[in-house]
Amino acid sequence: MLELLWLVPAIPFAGTLVLAVLGARMSHKSVTTVGVGSVAASAIISIFIAAEFLSAPPPGGMYTQTLWTWIDVGSFRPQIAFYLDALSLVMMLVVTFVSFLIHLYSAEFMRTDEGYSRFFAYMNLFVACMVTLLLADNLLLLYLGWEGVGLCSYLLIGFWYQDPVNGLAGRKAFIVTRVGDTAMAIGLFLLFHSLGTLRIQDLLHAAQVQWSTGSAYAVAAAALLLGGAVGKSAQLPLQTWLPDAMAGPTPTSALIHAATMVTAGVYLIARTHVLFELAPPVQLAVAAIGAATLLMAGFSALVQNDIKRVLAYSTVSQIGYMFLALGVGAWGAAIFHFMTHAFFKALLFLAAGIIIEALHHEHNIFRMGGLRKELPVAFWTFLIAGCSLAGLPLITAGYYSKDLILWSAGSSAAGSIGLWAAGIAGVVLTSLYTFRLIFLVFLGPVRTPVTRRPGLAMTIPVCVLALLSIVGSFDKAPFARFIATALPTLPEAVGGITETLSSIVAALAFLCGLLGAWFVYQRNPALATAMVENPAGRLLHRFWFSDWGMDWLYHRLFVRPVLWVARVNKADLVDSIYDGLASLVTLCYRVLSLTETGKLRWYAAWIAGGAVAFVAIVMFL
Amino acid sequence: MELVPMRDGFILAAALFALGLIGVLVRRNVIFILMSIEVMLNAAGLAFVVAGARWGQPDGQVVFLFILSMAAAEVSVGLALVLELHRQYKSLDTDAISRMKG
Repeated sequence: MLELLWLVPAIPFAGTLVLAVLGARMSHKSVTTVGVGSVAASAIISIFIAAEFLSAPPPGGMYTQTLWTWIDVGSFRPQIAFYLDALSLVMMLVVTFVSFLIHLYSAEFMRTDEGYSRFFAYMNLFVACMVTLLLADNLLLLYLGWEGVGLCSYLLIGFWYQDPVNGLAGRKAFIVTRVGDTAMAIGLFLLFHSLGTLRIQDLLHAAQVQWSTGSAYAVAAAALLLGGAVGKSAQLPLQTWLPDAMAGPTPTSALIHAATMVTAGVYLIARTHVLFELAPPVQLAVAAIGAATLLMAGFSALVQNDIKRVLAYSTVSQIGYMFLALGVGAWGAAIFHFMTHAFFKALLFLAAGIIIEALHHEHNIFRMGGLRKELPVAFWTFLIAGCSLAGLPLITAGYYSKDLILWSAGSSAAGSIGLWAAGIAGVVLTSLYTFRLIFLVFLGPVRTPVTRRPGLAMTIPVCVLALLSIVGSFDKAPFARFIATALPTLPEAVGGITETLSSIVAALAFLCGLLGAWFVYQRNPALATAMVENPAGRLLHRFWFSDWGMDWLYHRLFVRPVLWVARVNKADLVDSIYDGLASLVTLCYRVLSLTETGKLRWYAAWIAGGAVAFVAIVMFL
Repeated sequence: MELVPMRDGFILAAALFALGLIGVLVRRNVIFILMSIEVMLNAAGLAFVVAGARWGQPDGQVVFLFILSMAAAEVSVGLALVLELHRQYKSLDTDAISRMKG
């Protein structure tokens, strides 16, 4: 069964080819069959592979499938090869399964769109690239998948390309992530140059042997890879693209910009964790970036009024938690949170999609309200996912995974009380913005009438995801044991905060946020208005609304200077030297050709004048 | 026979040459230009003759004969060109004939 591994990325890729070539001529039904069917097949194969991997683990806990040699130049021999271990298995399983549910949902959500087959072609390509990224045996193949998902992200953000705003958002996402990808590419060059291979396992082994902890090479390589991860996962300082990426269709936001692609950075760091362990300063930076991002994005999420933007900032913030976990060495916890986050955040987006469609493409949460009775499915699933996101103690998956991260941040050797406190503050914020959303959207008076209710293809995926958001991590011990076969576990706690204390404080933080949201948005709605109305509140609101002025800063710092240089150089400064030379010659030609009058007497006068001048020169000099 | 002093002869030759040159520069009619050129040629010839007489050599007069024959050839070609110009342009004004203008 394991040898069918190559089919997992190959089938969606075949689906892309079919849809891209024949899509325009295929019937609506066959587009659905190919688009959803290929991902379904991929998910089923993944499940079978997982079943076999668990029942009869291959030797060493990993399985490599080499298809062919990609490039063969001297010692540079990257192969098209897939590497399956506990880490990539978990990621692949979550990605294919969630992708399948979202494809099913899209079949109904996008049914009337004229770009129906184009949409599924892009989505299938995304799944193929994402699985390639996860299963890649070497960093070059990983990079191929990495860029592939970036391309799909760009294509899908600008899916409704008739509106220039969407195209702009797509370009912004592409360019900002490119900044990180460039750093990552340089990192790959550095790794190949100094270690002589790009096969991940060989490379990690060689790094362990050749580099000492904290050596300059290790720090540089880890920092460059971190640059790539920061760009892809929308972390500080490259997080500005993700909120704008919400311009794409909602299933895209659910799949690419919440559940899967944006966590590729987390996967990259977990996959190359050895490098980060060899570079303690970089690992500390990972934790610091995570903590700072989760707080900043949390504050930004508090004041947004577009439902999808709230969820986007929430995604940035939750990935901040994963980075925090990676930074303190709790690799398993990060992957655990990736999994639960994929379930509940995909669900939040899909439920939001139901609402948006029901309200005739209304995104503003202040024009929603009272949807509890109108859209019960959306309400209950959104509530479950929201509780999981905010970390409702004991019964939701999100609580367990976040709890593990918080405890690791507080107790591990690399962690500190400051990181733990940032995580707890993040829990308060998460709970606050989540319930603000729920109270505003589902309770209170009806502000916009519901025009459409979801059909079966939209209801089933949200129900399945709701189930997973609750039971996704009821039994975390086997999961931890399994993931430990691929990633080192955290050494025994060195003191600091005990697990019980951390859990209790996290639960209290959740309650705090819930009560705060209830007090402000249910009990006295006037209070929220009053807070925004006073000058300090308005300033803070504007500051957070614009994501701490990051866009403004980048516009000043990068966009404007580049535009200025472009404007100055519009006439080509370097070229003007050559242009000047040419025009000088032209000028001389003009002056000289003035003497060519065609008048005989004029020439004769010149000859006489010249002769006199010559004689004068000869005589007097 | 009293020799004309060489200086006076050269002054006459220079004056003739200058007259001829001025004629070439200010006249517009091709015929007059050709005539002015003849004056300039004769001025040069006069200078040769004066110089030859000064040194008692026949070379000056020999060169003058050369100049005469050259002038005859020049006038024959020149007049032929003048005829052709008149046929093409219906004019002998050199300023009007300026198709070679740069």
